[in-house]
Amino acid sequence: MEDDKIGVFVCTGYGIADALDVDALCKVVTEECGVGFCKTVESCEGPGLAGILEFVESEELGKVVVAGISARRFEGHVFPAGVVVEHVALREHVVWCQPPGEEDTQMLAEDYLRMALAKIRKVSAPEPFHPEEEIDKSVLVVGGGITGLTAALEVAKTGYDVHLVEKADRLGGWLAKQHRSVPTKPPYRDLEDTGVDALVAEVEGHSRIQVHTSSVTGSISGAPGLFDVTLASATNGEPGDSFRVGAIVQATGWRPKDPRETLPYGQVEDVVRSIDLEEMVKNRGTITRPSDGKEVKSIAFLQNGGAPAQADHSYCSSICSLTALKQALYLREGDTEAKAYIFYEFMKTPGHYEDFYRRVQEDPGVFLTRGDVTDVTRDDDGGLVVTARHTMQGEDIQVKVDLVVLATGMEPNAADGEAIRALADAKRKAETGDTEEQRQAAAENVEALRQHEGTAILNLDYRQGPDLPALANGFPDSHFICFPYETRRTGIYAAGAVRQPMDGVGSREDATGAALKAIQCVEMTARGEAVHPRAGDESYPEFFLQRCTQCKRCTEECPFGVLNEDEKGTPLLQATRCRRCGVCMGACPERIVSFKDYSVDIVASMIKAVEVPDEDEEKPRILALLCENDAYPALDLVGQHRLRMNPFVRFIPVRCLGSVNSVWITEAISAGYDGVVLIGCKYGDDYQCHFIKGSELAVARGENIREKLQQMAMENERVEIHELQISDYEQLPKIFDDFAEVIETYGMNPFKGM
Amino acid sequence: MQASSKPILVIGGGVAGMTAAVEAAEVGFHVLLVEQEPSLGGRVTRAHRYFPKMCPPTCGFEINVRRIRQNPRIQVHTLATVEEISGTAGAFKARIRIRPRYVTGSHSLDDAALAQLTSERDDDFNEGMSKTKAVYLPHDMAYPPLHVVDREALSDGDAEALSTLCPPGSVDLDMAEEEIEVEVGAVIVATGWRPYDATRLENLGFGRCENVITNVMMERLAAPGGPTGGKIVRPSDGQAALNVAFVQCAGSRDENHLPYCSAVCCMASLKQARYLREENPDAQATLFYIDIRTIGREESFYYDLLEDDHVSFVKGKVAQVDEVADGKDLSVDVEDTLNGETLHGTFDLVVLATGIVPNTADVKIPYELTYDEYGFVDGSTNVEGIYAAGCAKRPCDVSRTTKDSTAAALKAIQCLQGGE
Repeated sequence: MEDDKIGVFVCTGYGIADALDVDALCKVVTEECGVGFCKTVESCEGPGLAGILEFVESEELGKVVVAGISARRFEGHVFPAGVVVEHVALREHVVWCQPPGEEDTQMLAEDYLRMALAKIRKVSAPEPFHPEEEIDKSVLVVGGGITGLTAALEVAKTGYDVHLVEKADRLGGWLAKQHRSVPTKPPYRDLEDTGVDALVAEVEGHSRIQVHTSSVTGSISGAPGLFDVTLASATNGEPGDSFRVGAIVQATGWRPKDPRETLPYGQVEDVVRSIDLEEMVKNRGTITRPSDGKEVKSIAFLQNGGAPAQADHSYCSSICSLTALKQALYLREGDTEAKAYIFYEFMKTPGHYEDFYRRVQEDPGVFLTRGDVTDVTRDDDGGLVVTARHTMQGEDIQVKVDLVVLATGMEPNAADGEAIRALADAKRKAETGDTEEQRQAAAENVEALRQHEGTAILNLDYRQGPDLPALANGFPDSHFICFPYETRRTGIYAAGAVRQPMDGVGSREDATGAALKAIQCVEMTARGEAVHPRAGDESYPEFFLQRCTQCKRCTEECPFGVLNEDEKGTPLLQATRCRRCGVCMGACPERIVSFKDYSVDIVASMIKAVEVPDEDEEKPRILALLCENDAYPALDLVGQHRLRMNPFVRFIPVRCLGSVNSVWITEAISAGYDGVVLIGCKYGDDYQCHFIKGSELAVARGENIREKLQQMAMENERVEIHELQISDYEQLPKIFDDFAEVIETYGMNPFKGM
Repeated sequence: MQASSKPILVIGGGVAGMTAAVEAAEVGFHVLLVEQEPSLGGRVTRAHRYFPKMCPPTCGFEINVRRIRQNPRIQVHTLATVEEISGTAGAFKARIRIRPRYVTGSHSLDDAALAQLTSERDDDFNEGMSKTKAVYLPHDMAYPPLHVVDREALSDGDAEALSTLCPPGSVDLDMAEEEIEVEVGAVIVATGWRPYDATRLENLGFGRCENVITNVMMERLAAPGGPTGGKIVRPSDGQAALNVAFVQCAGSRDENHLPYCSAVCCMASLKQARYLREENPDAQATLFYIDIRTIGREESFYYDLLEDDHVSFVKGKVAQVDEVADGKDLSVDVEDTLNGETLHGTFDLVVLATGIVPNTADVKIPYELTYDEYGFVDGSTNVEGIYAAGCAKRPCDVSRTTKDSTAAALKAIQCLQGGE
């Protein structure tokens, strides 16, 4: 609010008063910007900060600018709630990276104060978003295997209600089909009971869990805290129960990959998959040959490395080695004369599983060797002959066995929501396209996407598609290292083998973690806060729809599928889905999207607050818009390491490069800046953007920016986009030195002074 | 949700502890995060990049620090150790010892002024390969962003000089050790790991041959903030390493050392081979391995590296590493188990893929817990109210650690809720 009292504190410590004319800085605040309250303080930490807080209280300041050290040096909750605070890092961004006492250094500091004041005047304290309806805190778990069962139980144990949906007529999934589990506890040598019966009984008996078997999710509409779910029969699709939940765990597990064509699965009868053997042992207790029912005395287990030249190297199914070791013991436990041969490329028994591997190695009836299996043929007497090359010591060997067991590859039981949407779009266009060419192209697209026909699992009512978007290999997650639960649909968390192949212990952990994230989401949503990565942010986007032209850029570009559309294409905001990145704000050509503390207008005001010297002063001005997550903190490190930064650059942090509205660039050029640099996070397959594709969008929008520059008769080279991670802070000064040289070749911006 | 007034105690401020703390606090619970070093971050902040995405840990660290800074429910104690835990689930008492930092936080210190100090110390953040001043910031992105005084390394003269070099009140060399007692409802053990002591692998030459280093040292050599500014060089002469051997299972999968597999070393070495190759197009990497254990989506990382004709793989356990007769180069003896031949290779740098030892192998949690024979907390016999996460429980990578820590946070919350 404009009428909140503003107070400015300028620190004199940290070498600031030695490098800058602090009186002149204060004059900018009081005389030029007309702010009555401006105090110098020696420090803005410890007692210095306490002094500032006393003034905030006694002077009833509603908005405070602290010009001293970087915002990253402050705890987020030291100022009273409702007070808007803006930090100016005079130390890191000016004093530590500029020569003291120079005119350009002083101009830089003064500009940062002008920018801070321009900003704070337009910012108001966010008020948390609370929908009219009450936030529902129950959780939907889709999938009743080991992961889904665990997730449901863990949510319920924490005191929240659960709906557990399983498409089969009973709970248990693959776990229920297993005979025994690999060891999960010291001394990690013995096979264990799977525990599935106890787990299912506990789930079915829990008062907070409602189990829906033979059911699938027919439709899910709404948003975190307000998801409306209608189930459908898994057998005939008839609509089933309807209920509301606050968050969703997708634990839909995996399906077996087709064994590779080169191995004679399906051609030679006694070649089976490990899952077939597992069921045989589980259901019948003995191992017999499918072809003639003869008791099996020897098995060859072929791992993924059985034929490396043919293997699919995109990912490994994590548990194949363990399964072969386990099943070798099934054979040996039933028959001390039996022989198991395990052919592998790499024996993958990480961590404590090494103890289990060693225990199997000690078994004289289990033969383990590296080797490339080249052939499996039928012998005269009904047996199978396995030929392997390149075994240990370089030998080629043949073994005769009763049964060959192939490791079963795991494929995620997931659907690619974006592809399903693209297929629907292509189908529509193939019929209604304006020209024959368009219809033809769309028809080709339909064929390319045909594999996604009818694959939907969650059936979300989301404009961007009915399921989570898929990453490489079809796994529906995003930052799988640091933030493994951050899918691209807020409040919907993938867990277990749908996310990546994993063992039972891993699935249980993953389920428990996902249960926390689901609970965390409903709690944060109930408080009106954003979830990760802007955890705790109380701002949310507001749309001034009267000016909307239904261009659909926001609904298409939102990385989290927040916005649905009405039939005309007007965005329908579901605020609790929002992650507050501002990509919609960057996308909107009509500038109708804004947050209370972040808007096109606020940043434009900061850009215009900078004093741009006349052309003849030969002091260029460069605007730099930096992602606040990586590139902007890197600026602090530039200061910490006392690297020299070009004094003509004015830095502004943005929530994400995807939130940069191209109007900022044209505003800057109109205001006389000589060039603009955008710096965001790495994009592509191994992206680092916390908002998935913000920096990628910024690059994609470059065309739009170039058009605008052309209209202004300005060179394209006056705008650059870079990727930078914090640890590459040393590259920052060079980016601007190089850019300044580029600018010099094109000369000063002719708009200066206009 | 009825948030109990008692906080969750998280022991260890590495990626496991930080994750557990922020996840629990964002649900709405109070957390006391206790770290023995002067800064949060633990071992992962010392890594140059994460596999398989090759992204810097600083990116995730920055946002986790922001989540901690902005969350009033998290209280951080650094230089702190938990000395005693008593009581039972829902009503534990913990005694925490806080060692003096000698820096008050009233006014941050300036490295430019501290450059005048003469007393120095080995930089443990850089695995001892460089020095810092006796008053130092633990690392560039240290949180809390405070310097710390190494009292033992600080000379009397420097101690005196501090009064003029630092703002008044910012340093207090009389600061005493403190003990606090807190009531907590649940405990998360996120005490992490240390690398296996490579000097115990006598045949592999560490400590005996100058150019034999460990994988954790290699991370620092490759890091821009490391002792060489990101240059992978030989310790003996500072020359670029051009022909590097990576010795896998240096201690791990060995009944005389660590019988278990440390789970991360294969990917770590593959990643480090990429550091080397990205830095120098002429450099050659050779990996000596028993099995390449790339799990799940890590698989393609290995197969991509197979395409690089400057990277070779030899299946075999290295028997001996020695300096060659006339210099600092290293001879490596190994039997290639694929063809049975014995190989003698010469390299200018050898990197030992040393494994993961749980910190609880050395120092136990001061409460009756069950450990396996290697010192990992036995996760299958959790004491009610105390939950281990990450490498305290098993050797695992960051991805596994973050989800395990998130899970541990929920178990702790259930304990505060009183269970259902």
